[in-house]
Amino acid sequence: MVKHSVEEMQKHVRSYILVFLALMVLTIVTVAVSFLEFEGRLAVAIGVTVALIIAVIKSSLVVSIFMHLISEKKLIFIILGFAAVFFAGMIALPLLTESDQVKTEQSLPNFEVSTAKENPHNVH
Amino acid sequence: MEIPYTVEHRKDTGLFNAKLGIWLFLASEVMLFGALFSSYILLRIGAPSWPQGADVLNVPLGTLNTIILITSSVTMVMAWASLMMHDFKKHKLYLWATFLLASCFLVVKGFEYGAKFSHGIFPATSTYYAIYYTLTGLHGIHVICGMIVIGYLLGPGAKMWETKSEQFTNRIEIVGVYWHFVDLVWIFLFPVLYLT
Repeated sequence: MVKHSVEEMQKHVRSYILVFLALMVLTIVTVAVSFLEFEGRLAVAIGVTVALIIAVIKSSLVVSIFMHLISEKKLIFIILGFAAVFFAGMIALPLLTESDQVKTEQSLPNFEVSTAKENPHNVH
Repeated sequence: MEIPYTVEHRKDTGLFNAKLGIWLFLASEVMLFGALFSSYILLRIGAPSWPQGADVLNVPLGTLNTIILITSSVTMVMAWASLMMHDFKKHKLYLWATFLLASCFLVVKGFEYGAKFSHGIFPATSTYYAIYYTLTGLHGIHVICGMIVIGYLLGPGAKMWETKSEQFTNRIEIVGVYWHFVDLVWIFLFPVLYLT
């Protein structure tokens, strides 16, 4: 374990408090931004993107300062790099199966039929 | 025989064992929650319609839970920092605070679930609720498991501070890393489920 002096730890504590305040502010921002009404077909997509950008900022603060990743050894970054690549693939590859339907109203070939069968009372 | 490298760093990894272990575990947890997020995305874009989170979920309660978990992350890291400064009393206070905040999170979640159940809304009700209950339920189970480990370190596990203080400090650090991950998942879940 790396020995930290009390003065060093006090500096860390200061950064923890600052990050806490930043996270509180960003949480308020997240909720506030959700009240913005976006126009058009991509309204939901824009809303989700904005929410995710703020979430990424918040999680970067948590990961780098609270989880000490900012001062961590290279091996951890390599492990997380692998996880990030596979995570990106896991999100992107299924999405690519829908990519040819992005411009159309229908996103599944027989969705009218399948949803009518599975969901006759149209419960959502 | 003592397990080596519980405190000293291994020369090849540059870390003590548990730190490598927890990050490897978290990498697998990223895949677990990532798979569910991927399912959520696919289900949502393939659905003929999908409710706005704010119309079906309680945004104030979700915001409260977000604040609770973020605060619990701060108290968790302060519990470790207190040990690093050899202040066991402060550490205990902060660790208890973390535990209590985690239980508050579960109580709020319990109210949310209870309200839904009393209206006859269950995972089988619709695709939206299926993925909602799955995502938040799995996250809730992670909160419970974290509480069990924190509870152990508050109780019988705390004895290690007297005999092997550095190893105990490392244990708190590791639990903290797990706990921050639980907070991270919620930081993504909250806007995705409640605000979009």
